[in-house]
Amino acid sequence: MSLTDLTIAQAAAALAARQISAHELASAHNAAIAALNPRLNAFITPTPEVALAHAEAADARLKDSTATPLTGIPLAIKDLFCTAGVRTTAASRILEPFIPPYESTVTANLLAAGAVFLGKANLDEFAMGSSNITSGYGPVENPWKRAGSDAKLVPGGSSGGSAAAVAARLALGATGTDTGGSIRQPAAFTGLAGIKPTYGRCSRYGVVAFASSLDQAGPMARTVEDAAILLAAMSGFDPRDSTSAERPVPDFRAATHRPIKGLRIGIPAEYRMDGMSPEIAALWETGITWLREQGAQIHDISLPHTKYGLPVYYIVAPAEASSNLARYDGVRYGARVDGEDLIDMYERTRAAGFGAEVKRRIMIGTYVLSAGYYDAYYLRAQKIRALILRDFTQAFAKVDAILTPTAPSAAFGLGEKMDDPVTMYLNDVFTVPASLAGVPAMSVPAGLNAEGLPLGLQIIGKHFDEETVFSVAAAIERAASFTAKPIVRAA
Amino acid sequence: MSLDSATVRRIAKLARIRVTEPEIVTLQSELNAILGYVEQLNEVDVEGVEPLSGGAQMAMRLREDTVTDGDMAEQILANAPDRIGPYFGVPKVVE
Repeated sequence: MSLTDLTIAQAAAALAARQISAHELASAHNAAIAALNPRLNAFITPTPEVALAHAEAADARLKDSTATPLTGIPLAIKDLFCTAGVRTTAASRILEPFIPPYESTVTANLLAAGAVFLGKANLDEFAMGSSNITSGYGPVENPWKRAGSDAKLVPGGSSGGSAAAVAARLALGATGTDTGGSIRQPAAFTGLAGIKPTYGRCSRYGVVAFASSLDQAGPMARTVEDAAILLAAMSGFDPRDSTSAERPVPDFRAATHRPIKGLRIGIPAEYRMDGMSPEIAALWETGITWLREQGAQIHDISLPHTKYGLPVYYIVAPAEASSNLARYDGVRYGARVDGEDLIDMYERTRAAGFGAEVKRRIMIGTYVLSAGYYDAYYLRAQKIRALILRDFTQAFAKVDAILTPTAPSAAFGLGEKMDDPVTMYLNDVFTVPASLAGVPAMSVPAGLNAEGLPLGLQIIGKHFDEETVFSVAAAIERAASFTAKPIVRAA
Repeated sequence: MSLDSATVRRIAKLARIRVTEPEIVTLQSELNAILGYVEQLNEVDVEGVEPLSGGAQMAMRLREDTVTDGDMAEQILANAPDRIGPYFGVPKVVE
């Protein structure tokens, strides 16, 4: 089997058995990126030399038996994680010259585990988007194609570069971040497993901030077990993030092998939205059958405030973004455009540095926080956010996990759904509620649509119960036996 | 509620983003579409509901009030677009 086609678990076993070296594995991935990245644009900044240096250190560790399951494993790092000495852009032109002097906690944890960083993956600018088209460094092409068509499809977003890299076999796994669905929706669009853990599970230190009460890092990989291996290394308490959870990290990998017999699975009525595609509805029914066949009990539940999730999100997230992005003023770091005076310099710098979607969200956020409108928009949204959390709390008194579709459609074409911002926002309708409630949620590939494109199912769990999420996701994975691969991939 | 162009201009000013007249026209319709979409939140009864500000299900943690790092002026200034000695450089503010 090709080195780029291994799972993380397989590669770790081969490295441990000294059948392959970390150097060979890194070189194979560097070559794959050199061949396919010019087309896919999955990486903003490939770092082949960094990868070889990390691989050399990994090979040394593999010899002296201090290796972990991630030692020597080549990963793509979403370009939202600060990496010391390696340019970090957040896919924004305003951060084009930015070289962080420090390392994010999540990437530091991965480096401590011996992982190999292949480069910085493309994303929607400041993680604001659902298709990767808002990147200041060009869109990412989805390596999947509709049957019989060469039309370019989007990989989803915002972690679209991470998704495309892992799906196209340019990396064995990747880091992503998820604010309203930015790991789960691209995972669904590219046939990957991706989990947004509980808010507080992964440190936000050194992750370029978008909406701080929602942002969570998480892994994307080709199997549920690989995602579990990655999440275990990324997680953990960090005193440098005041919302980091002071809790032990469970054995996520073991959870993927746990039977689901007796687990209570909730099916929320409100996710059966008007106009849901028959393919998505059918896949959901199939998923329910798979879980029932493996001994789970299926329960109908209600999450009454589901339909308000998206409008709440599109107040709360821009409000926090307008505040977080105030720091890009052309003074301390990033790009600057000179002006006649200080204010003019700020305004020209931000006009040139931010793309259209980022400007829109900053302006919405500025408006909903402005004097006279705060109560009507922001405060009301926060109250409805509390009702959304209460829906989940009440549901989880009766069930152990919830099963839903991940996204309302398969990957769409570049240029589609661009008519107005609200149409694009509807992509996140199934993923946003879990973000607002802070509960863990995972997308797992469950099948292909009639055009041969991957579709995902979402498993939502209780706060800090990623283990049950992994068990249920693995059960879906086993039943689906999803083996399809994208057309565009490393040989 | 619908934003007029003067309000869009005022928001851009508050957000410190320079916008051109044609951009104002586009932004006005896009922002109004978004505000129209979130209008449905008005139908929810929020009487007596405490607002939820964060995703963390825990009390904010406190730490000892001590210095934990510092003495890294060069690292902090390394990304500055303009510097004057050990300071960030900005256009003249006071005449």
